[in-house]
Amino acid sequence: MHHISVTVDGTRYEADVEPRTLLVHWLREGLGKVGTVVGCDTSNCGACTVLLDGSSVKSCSVLAVQADGSEITTIQGLSAGDDWHPVQAAFKECHGLQCGYCTPGMVMSAVDLLAENPNPTEDEIRDGLHGNLCRCTGYHNIVKSVQYAADLMGGTK
Amino acid sequence: MTEMLESTKAIGRPLRRKEDAKLLHGRTNWTDNIQLPGTLHMALVRSPMAHARITKVDLSGALARPNVVAAYDAASLGDLNSGVPCVWPVTDDTVMPPFPALTGDKVRQVGDVVALVLATDAASAEDAISFVDVEYEPLPAVVNMVDAISPGSELVHDMAANNTSYVYNLGGGYADEVAKHPDAVIVKRRFVNQRLIPAFMEPRAVIAAPMGMSDEITIWTSTQIPHVLRVLLTLVTGIPEQNLRVVAPDVGGGFGGKLQCYREEILVIQLAKKLGRPVKWTETRSEDMVATHHGRDQIQDIELACTPDGKMIGLKVDLLANMGAYLQIITPGIPLLGMFMYPAIYKMGAYQFQCTGVFTNTTPTDAYRGAGRPEATFAIERIVDEMAAELGMEPMEFRTKNWIQHHEFPYTTVAGLTYDTGNYEAATAKAMDMFGYKALRAEQEARRASGDPIQLGIGISTFTEMCGLAPSRTLGALKYAAGGWEHCTIRLLPTGKVELVTGTSPHGQGHETAWSQIAGDILGIPVEDIDVIHSDTGRSPYGMDTYGSRSLAVGGQAIKKAADRVIENARPIAAHQLECAADDLEFANGAFTVKGDPEKTVTLGALAWAAFSAHNLPDGVEPMISGEATVDPEDFSYPHGTHLAAMEVDTETGKVRLRKYVCVDDVGNQINPMIVEGQVHGGLAQGIGQALYEGAEYDSDGNLLTASLADYLIPSAADLPSFETGTTVTPSTTHSLGTKGVGEAGAIASTPAIINGIVDALRPMGVTDVLMPASPQNVWRAIQAAKGAQA
Amino acid sequence: MIPGKFDYVRPSTVDEAVAALVAGGDDAKVLGGGQSLMPVLRLRMGEPSVIVDTTRIDEMKGITDAGDAVVIGAGVTHDDVAKNALVREHLALLAMTTEHVADRQIRHRGTMGGAMAHADPAGDQPPVALAMGASFTIAGPSGRRTVSAADFFVDYFTTAVGPDEVLVNVTFPKHTGWGAHYEKFNRTAQAWAIVGVAATVRMDGGSIAEARIGLTNMGPGPVRASGVEAALVGASTLEAIAAAAEHAAEGTSPNSDIHAEAEYREHLARVLTRRAVAQAAGL
Repeated sequence: MHHISVTVDGTRYEADVEPRTLLVHWLREGLGKVGTVVGCDTSNCGACTVLLDGSSVKSCSVLAVQADGSEITTIQGLSAGDDWHPVQAAFKECHGLQCGYCTPGMVMSAVDLLAENPNPTEDEIRDGLHGNLCRCTGYHNIVKSVQYAADLMGGTK
Repeated sequence: MTEMLESTKAIGRPLRRKEDAKLLHGRTNWTDNIQLPGTLHMALVRSPMAHARITKVDLSGALARPNVVAAYDAASLGDLNSGVPCVWPVTDDTVMPPFPALTGDKVRQVGDVVALVLATDAASAEDAISFVDVEYEPLPAVVNMVDAISPGSELVHDMAANNTSYVYNLGGGYADEVAKHPDAVIVKRRFVNQRLIPAFMEPRAVIAAPMGMSDEITIWTSTQIPHVLRVLLTLVTGIPEQNLRVVAPDVGGGFGGKLQCYREEILVIQLAKKLGRPVKWTETRSEDMVATHHGRDQIQDIELACTPDGKMIGLKVDLLANMGAYLQIITPGIPLLGMFMYPAIYKMGAYQFQCTGVFTNTTPTDAYRGAGRPEATFAIERIVDEMAAELGMEPMEFRTKNWIQHHEFPYTTVAGLTYDTGNYEAATAKAMDMFGYKALRAEQEARRASGDPIQLGIGISTFTEMCGLAPSRTLGALKYAAGGWEHCTIRLLPTGKVELVTGTSPHGQGHETAWSQIAGDILGIPVEDIDVIHSDTGRSPYGMDTYGSRSLAVGGQAIKKAADRVIENARPIAAHQLECAADDLEFANGAFTVKGDPEKTVTLGALAWAAFSAHNLPDGVEPMISGEATVDPEDFSYPHGTHLAAMEVDTETGKVRLRKYVCVDDVGNQINPMIVEGQVHGGLAQGIGQALYEGAEYDSDGNLLTASLADYLIPSAADLPSFETGTTVTPSTTHSLGTKGVGEAGAIASTPAIINGIVDALRPMGVTDVLMPASPQNVWRAIQAAKGAQA
Repeated sequence: MIPGKFDYVRPSTVDEAVAALVAGGDDAKVLGGGQSLMPVLRLRMGEPSVIVDTTRIDEMKGITDAGDAVVIGAGVTHDDVAKNALVREHLALLAMTTEHVADRQIRHRGTMGGAMAHADPAGDQPPVALAMGASFTIAGPSGRRTVSAADFFVDYFTTAVGPDEVLVNVTFPKHTGWGAHYEKFNRTAQAWAIVGVAATVRMDGGSIAEARIGLTNMGPGPVRASGVEAALVGASTLEAIAAAAEHAAEGTSPNSDIHAEAEYREHLARVLTRRAVAQAAGL
C-alpha cells in the first residue's frame, strides 16, 4: 500500500492505496465520488474525464498513486451545492445530454477546452471533444451547448 | 383569453428537462454506484473459443485464492443454473436450443460463460478467474451464414439441422404477378446488413440482495425492461413473483441492448438467494462487446419488379438472419419486425417474404435500435435507387410515382398493415427545399463534367416504420409470448401535487419531463408539481417498459386516459362542493366551474385536500382521488419522413464526407419538440454509424476482431456534422394523443440515405453498391472493381 | 478493468530509475504518461511485477535549445511539445504531428518519449523522428548512449531501449523555416492512422531544395520515404511532386488488418505523400 494525499473537489484526502488502484476507482469506491464513471477499458470513451491540476485527463488511465500531491476536480466539484457552472447550465439549456452517462466526462472536457479556447469554432469544438464518446445525442446539441457556454462565459462569436 | 391559455400549455413546448440537474451534477444512481455491506463480487470465466467441447473445469485453484468465497461451474451450480429465456418462437417448429446460464458441455461463442468466481472485492474476483483451469477440445467454428446452412456443415446445436432455427414465410404470388407483365423490368440485389454492437455508454451492471430473513429479494439492474424482466426471472428461477422486486436505477442508454434477460442477471439473483447476501457484477467494456447481444446481421436477397414506365409490380425478399449461438429474448422475431416494412411507402401488387434464422458460433443477435425495420428500410430504399437507375429515372421522381398519396390514407399495404395517416408529399417537399436539392444536383453535374476527384452524391431515403409496439392480439398472432399494453396510475396527493406512475422505463428519453407535460396539461397542474415514478416494480408494479418507440405512442395514451379518469373521479366531489349536478361542471385549467357561472369554481388542488380529509364527501364517494388506466393500442403507429444526404467522395482514397444532412420527420403530434429533435439526432448518429463506421467482424475461427471501442468504431463529435432537422405534423388517428413515436426514426432512415448518396456519387464510374460500413477501403474497392469491370 | 498486482517505485532521478529497473528484473516496466501502458494493464495483456514511474524525474521534463538542435525530455507531454515555442519555430512538423496524437486528455498526460519508446507502427511521431534525423539518449546500468532514429526503431513495439534502460530525451536537428504537413488518414478521429505521411520541405526559390518524408503504419516501424525525398529535389510543380510521390510505397511492408489491406495502404501512401508534400511546399 502507498500513502497518498490528494485534493479532490476542494477537500484534501489522505489514503493508503494499492498501486494498481486506478484513479477512477479510488474516486468512486474510495471517496464515493460516483459522479465520475467508467465506460470502457481502452481509453476511448472519456466518461471518466476529470481535471488533474487543471488539465483534463482520463481517470481510468492514471493510477491513484500517481495523483499523489495533485488537485483533482470532478463533475461533483465543478459548482458548489446546487449552483450551476455555465457549462452545466448550457448543457441543460441546449439539451446536450440524454442518458447522461457520458455527461460528466463531456462536461469536464468542455470546461477544459473552453479554458484554453474561450471562443471555439464548431470544428474546434468537435475536434476538442473527440476523446469523449456519446451514443445518445449525435453530438449536435453537445456542440450547441459548448457554443452556448462560451457565450455565457464571455466568449464572443 | 384563449390565446393566453394556449401559451401556458405544456404540450408542444420545448421544456428543459427535469432529469438534467442530477445528471449534470453527478448526483446519479447508476447500478454500479450501489454498494451494499457484505457484497460478493462476481467475475466470469468466459470462453476464448467460439466452438469447443469442455473437457475439464477445475475450480480448486480459484477457490484457494485470497478473498474468494465460492466458485461454480455448470455442474456445481446444479438446479440454480437456469436457462436464458426466449419468448418469441416465431413458428410452431422453431428450434429453440437450451441456453444455460453456465454452459457445461460445449461453448458455442467466444464469451460463453463456463464458470464463475465470487469474492469479497472485485479485484480479487478478477484475479481469481485466471486460476480456474478449463480445458477445451476445439471444434470447427461456424461463422458464415451461407456456410452454416450448407449440407454437411458443423452444427452449433445438434438439434438444429442445417443450423436452421426456423423458416418463416409471408405473402406470395410474386411470380404470378410478374408474369402478368411480360415487359417487366427486374432488379435483383444481395445486400449485407452487417452486424452491429449496441455500445450504450453505461456498461451493464447487476446487484441483487435478499432483504433480511424474508423471502423478498431485490435486483437492481441496468435494464430497459424491469417489468418484463421480473416476469421472466420469476419464470426461470422459480422465485415467486410477489417476492421479487426489479429496479432499474439510472440507466445509461440501451438502444435495445438492455432489452434482454441476461445470463448475468439470472446468475446474480440465484447466487444472492443461495448465499443469502448481496451479489454484484459489473461488466467491462471488453466483456460487453462479446456478452451483450448484437444487432442486425442479415444477408438480404431482394428482387423488385416494375413496369418499364416505372410502376412497381411486386417485391420478393429472401433473408438469412443470423441468430448467433443462442436465441435470446426476441432473437427470432427481430427480422419479422422488419418483414412488414419492406413494401414501405410503396404501392404494388405482390409481396413475398421468406426468412431463415441461422445459428452460428457468434454472439446472439437481438433488438438494436429499430430492430428489423432498419434492415428492411435499407434494402427497399437501396433497391428503389437501383431500380430508378435501371429505368433511367430520377430517384425521387420514381419514388413519387409509387408512394401512397396523402389522400389515399388509410391505406392497407400489400404486407397487410393499414397505415392510418401520412403525407409523404409534404415531408419530401419540405426536405428538398431545406436541402437545396436542385442546386446540389447542379453541383453534382458540374463536378462530373469537370472530372473533379471529389464527386458529389445525393442520397435519398423516404421511409416509414411501424412503432408503438404493440396491439396485444397482433403480438399473439405472431406468437410473441406477452402483450403490448401500457399502464399509468395518477394519484392526487393531499397538497394538490401529483404522483404519476408509469410502466415505461426511460433510460435517456426524458419521460419524467414529457409525461409531466401530458398530465400537467390535462389536469391543469404545473409540470414541476408532478413526480413521475418509474422503473421499479415495487413502486410501479404494472408495465411493459421502453423499446420499439412505444413509450409515448402507447404509454402516452395510458397517461391521457388515467388523467381523464382523475378528472372524472374528482367531478362528483366538485359537484357536491359547488352544489350542482355533475353534468353542469366543465373542467379547464385545473378547475371545475359551473357552466354559465364562472364565479362558482373549485380547483383540483382543493378537491385533493377535500378527498384527503374526507370530512365532507358525497355519499358513496371514497376518499382520495386517483385514476388508473391500462391501454392496449388500437394499432401500430406509422411515423414517416424524408432524409437527404449530400455525400462527397474522394475518388482517389475512397474517403467520404457527409457534407449536409437534412431530414423532415413526421412523428405526429409532439409533446416536447426539443426531445423529439434530440431523439432524431441520436438516431441519425447510429444510422450513419452503421453506414460509415461500425461493423462487428469475426475471423474464421469465430474470434470477434472488433472487441473494444478501439476497434469497433463509433463516431465521435469530429466524425459527424450538425444536422438540419425539420418536421411535418400529420397526427395519428389511431392514437389518442395523435403521436406516433420517434425513438428509431433517425436510425432507420439514415443508413440508406448515406449509402445511396455514395453510390449516387460514383454511379457514372459504374459503381452500383458499396459494402457497409462504407470505410475508405470498401469505397475504394468498389471503385476499383467498377473500373476493372469497365476495362 | 482492474490491473493485476504490481509493486510501484517512483524515482526522482534517472539513475534511481535505472537502479529500480535493474532490481525489478525482466518484469519491470517503465510508466511514463501511461497512456499506452494503462490499457495494457487494465486488459491484463501485460502483468509487470514492478512499475517504475518516471513522471517525477525533473531531468526528463524540459525542452531546451541546443544550438542547432532542440532537446525534448522523454517525460514532456504531447500537449507541452505541441505548444512549445521552440518546437513550433524549429520543428514545425513535430508540432503539427503531435497535435494529431490521440485526443486532448491523452495529450495532456501522455509523453512524446513514451510514444517513441512504445513504438506502435501506427504512432504519429516516430516517422517524424526518423525523417528529421532525431537521436535518442538512453540511460542504462552502464551509463548513457545515443542512438540514431534509424537504429532506435527495431520492430513492432520494439526499440533499442533495453529492459533495464530508460529513454531520457530525444534530440531533433532544427528545421527552421521548413514547410511542413501531416496527412493522417484514419477512419474516425479516435482511430489510429491507417496510413500517415509526415512531410517537411525546404524551399529555395519556388522549388524544393530538400525534403524529409516519414510514413506511419507502412511497416513494423516508421518508414522513411527516401525514394520520394530524392525525387523531390528540384520539384516546383504539382506534376513533379506527383511523380515523386509514386515512389512512396517503395521499400515498405505494410500490414493487412481489419481496417485496411496492404495493397490499399500502399496506394494511400502514394496519394497522401503527394498531398502532404504539396501542402508542405505551399504548391
